[in-house]
Amino acid sequence: MESYALLIAATLNAGTVLAIAALGLLINEKAGVVNLGAEGLMLCAAIAGFAAVVHTGNDWLGFAAGMGAGAVLAAIFGVLVIWLGTNQYATGLALSLFGVGFSAFVGIGYVKEILPDRPHFAVPYLADIPLVGPALFKQHPLVYGAMLLVLALIWFLYRSRTGLVLRAVGESPASAHALGYPVRRIRLAAVVAGGALCGLAGAYISVIYTPLWVEGMVAGKGWIALALTTFATWRPARVLLGAYLFGGVTMLQFHLQGVGVQVPSQLLTALPYIATIVVLALISRNPTWIRVNMPASLGKPFYPGS
Amino acid sequence: MTDLSKRSIVKMVALTAVAAAALVGCGKKEEAPKAEAPAAAKPEPLKIAFAYVGPVGDGGWTFAHDNGRKEIEKAFGDKVVTTFVEKVPESADAERVIRDMAAQGNKLIFGTTFGYMEPMLKVAADNKGVKFEHATGYKTADNLRTYDSRTYEGAYMAGVIAGKMTKTNTLGVVASIPIPEVVRNINSFTMGAQSVNPKIKTKVVWVNEWFNPPKETEAATSLINGGADVLMQNTDSSAVLQTAEKMGKRAFGWDSDMTAYGPKAHLGSAVINWGPYYVKAVGEALEGKWSTGSSWWGVKEGAIEMVNVAADVPEDTKKKIDEIKAGLKAGTFSIWKGPIVDQAGKEMLAKDAVADDKFLGGVMFYVKGVEGKIPGK
Amino acid sequence: MLKLEMRPQASRLWTYASPVLALVLTVLLGVALFMALGKDPVRGLQMFFWEPIKTSYALGELMVKATPLLVIALGLSVCFRSNVWNIGAEGQFVIGAVCAGGVALLADKDTGRWIVLAVLLAGVLGGMLWAGITALLRDRFNASEILVSLMLVYVADMVLSYLVYGPWKDPAGFNFPQSKTFEAVTQIPRLMDGSRVSVGLLMALVGAGFLWVFLFRTRAGFAQQVGGLAPAAARYAGFSSRKALWVALLTSGGAAGLAGALEVAGPIGQLTPYVPAGYGFAAIIVAFVGRLHPAGMVLSAVLMSMFYIGGELAQSRLGLPKSITGVFQGLLLFCLLACDTLVAYRLRWVASKKGGV
Repeated sequence: MESYALLIAATLNAGTVLAIAALGLLINEKAGVVNLGAEGLMLCAAIAGFAAVVHTGNDWLGFAAGMGAGAVLAAIFGVLVIWLGTNQYATGLALSLFGVGFSAFVGIGYVKEILPDRPHFAVPYLADIPLVGPALFKQHPLVYGAMLLVLALIWFLYRSRTGLVLRAVGESPASAHALGYPVRRIRLAAVVAGGALCGLAGAYISVIYTPLWVEGMVAGKGWIALALTTFATWRPARVLLGAYLFGGVTMLQFHLQGVGVQVPSQLLTALPYIATIVVLALISRNPTWIRVNMPASLGKPFYPGS
Repeated sequence: MTDLSKRSIVKMVALTAVAAAALVGCGKKEEAPKAEAPAAAKPEPLKIAFAYVGPVGDGGWTFAHDNGRKEIEKAFGDKVVTTFVEKVPESADAERVIRDMAAQGNKLIFGTTFGYMEPMLKVAADNKGVKFEHATGYKTADNLRTYDSRTYEGAYMAGVIAGKMTKTNTLGVVASIPIPEVVRNINSFTMGAQSVNPKIKTKVVWVNEWFNPPKETEAATSLINGGADVLMQNTDSSAVLQTAEKMGKRAFGWDSDMTAYGPKAHLGSAVINWGPYYVKAVGEALEGKWSTGSSWWGVKEGAIEMVNVAADVPEDTKKKIDEIKAGLKAGTFSIWKGPIVDQAGKEMLAKDAVADDKFLGGVMFYVKGVEGKIPGK
Repeated sequence: MLKLEMRPQASRLWTYASPVLALVLTVLLGVALFMALGKDPVRGLQMFFWEPIKTSYALGELMVKATPLLVIALGLSVCFRSNVWNIGAEGQFVIGAVCAGGVALLADKDTGRWIVLAVLLAGVLGGMLWAGITALLRDRFNASEILVSLMLVYVADMVLSYLVYGPWKDPAGFNFPQSKTFEAVTQIPRLMDGSRVSVGLLMALVGAGFLWVFLFRTRAGFAQQVGGLAPAAARYAGFSSRKALWVALLTSGGAAGLAGALEVAGPIGQLTPYVPAGYGFAAIIVAFVGRLHPAGMVLSAVLMSMFYIGGELAQSRLGLPKSITGVFQGLLLFCLLACDTLVAYRLRWVASKKGGV
């Protein structure tokens, strides 16, 4: 029984990375912008965060550095895509390729660095409850932060005026523009905010999850986060659940190996992607569903003059 | 934009292109005189090149090879010139890199991973004057020979320590790819532990890669969650040790000394010392005594060592390790000596029989005490 | 302040000059990068632009690298011109390689030379099959081809992994995850001795020729592209956008699959977990930099190959990190996308005005 409690704990940890990144992408996509560069962005943020902690010893500065790196790269992407009207998918891909190479480049000097002892967290009292305690209450603050982020986003998107404007921009930029809203600036703000969150997720990987630096260490989590946003039909709460689901797959895989169950590991690894395709097919076939769920202007550039 | 400015931009672009071409052309000419500068009375140093599959900074497999390369430089000084290329993938690109090494005048080329086997064979066939050394492979040619290290001896010694230090009697191994070498190490680790603690069992998790720190971390976490309190690995990074450190368990360093990565968790590092073999190979090449074959070195030749055993390991265990090392060096002790039974109880090696290299090279069964099944079998 | 102003019509000059300017910018940034790392920038540029064309062997290797890039890019250009965004060419490449490998494994010592044709055909069909899944989901369910094709890349990687770790593993290979080495008779014929260049290069060039004819001289090609440029007009003219979707995806899938077959039955000679080399993604850059035009893509495929090989040489000869290749490729695409703005817009100095975004 205890091993299941620990499995849950590990899943929460693994899912947090995906959740934070996917929530950032969700903000982007609600405003109508797809950032395929998530993987490269997260890698640059990971090395930024790691380097910051190596030099200052402070984890929170590391997270800030990661968010900063993510925001800067997202801003460059945003200017290209929103103001210069470049193709969103190609630009995102370029960011991804560039980010992978650049982070490896910058990170060469940090490959052998070791971070100071990682702190242990536990919620007082709650952590001591048998079974439930180790499963849920011995996590890094950011794990709980991700859950709070979901609540904050739900409030922001569906209860606040700014969130409404953001969604309007994503659904019909022309209408929002006609109403006098600075569509492009709003989109850029969304892209930068989303980039900062992806950056936070990237920094979490290199500072907390696997506290070392190795090139390519994000290992596809950026792409999974992109899939996750779609899989969750652009709803924050579903993103969190989906993140735990996807994050849990790897831990489940190893757990099954450990107890001697032989499922081809490749099948388990492919499951999140197959699941996303199925969901995509299901939600897209009904034009009403897709209109209700997917931001209508997703991927399309907006020109105020046109 | 007026026609005038359009034209000036075109001119600028054209000029830049011409300038770039001129720069490149000039640079080329500078190359030629520089190449003739070294010369003089001393004989040309032997050019040696290394192809690494991972980054030199991995702190594990590639790091160990690079240390061996540095030993060559120390031993032979200016009689040799060594270079390396890291992160050469085990794919079609490897052939180009190795061929380029031969074309650049390297006369002795080391390929440090199994996946370079076919590319090296192809390049060796086209470059008869160059000697090739392939690590962990099994195909040879007149100018290509293989070498490997008896990592299972390090695994056995780790097992002895693990058996003594475990409190839950559950050991864990983060394994890479299910080839005989790795299965042999898992078995040796288990047998070593059983020699001091017959009650232990070993759990294995396969990550299907040699080097993937995030995945290694998850695998190690999964083992610890499943009850293992001492871990061993057959992967190339320090992630397993770091995870053990984080979770308050013990683990071993692998391929290189990993004490720094987990000072509290570290029980010892089973290191590979490529220096002795590399120095021998270079010496043979320099003296013209190089010939093909295959070598498999262990503790006896100084290629395997268990270093930095933790202070809290009991004295009698440390003595036992020393005895094992002495026995291996003298040839009086064999790790793979019967009776050895597999998980089902079938006798794989008769009582008092000593396994030969052929048997060891084909080990694809788990010994009793290891849980689970080998993937793909 | 500088302002972007839409041109009345796309600038012909910048359509050609933009890639050149992008390349120049990338080179300048590269020089800055070399200097920041304390390496001689001239030698650095040499590695990228001179060494790969210096000897006939080097040229051959350049072509070996460029062939799959070009083949995939040719297929992708049909897609992109039709406004179908196939991002999953990498997955189609892998499945093409898997199918080709499967046929190659059937050969034994007595098989005739015809097996090469079967291998290539299998590759094309495999790639088409994989792209067909994307086409079906878009056609029937209206699912975004971008996301579906991207997800399928990872599924394809897993299919390959499953096969080489399992059913197709070489029984004599000490349990290493790789298939048997293919019989010599399955090898794609080489163009000349002493070089690894295969007839694949010829196929690519011929393909480029065919594509040019198709896109610019046939009604079908015209119909295909109108769907991408002006879907409403296409519907009005009776051009089927469904047909355009399927043609686009099957063509690019088949092309990617062919590239996979050429690689696996060519330089690699077996199936390993390392078959996915990122060509499917790099080919997207090749297609863009080549302006989706057959002649342009031939040039950009060569350019991208120079980046690959140059990066390798920069690593082995200058001690520069391997990641430099990815940096350059990404930079090139960034610069190209930015410079492309100049095709549709022009920069103007305008007196500051209040308001506006």
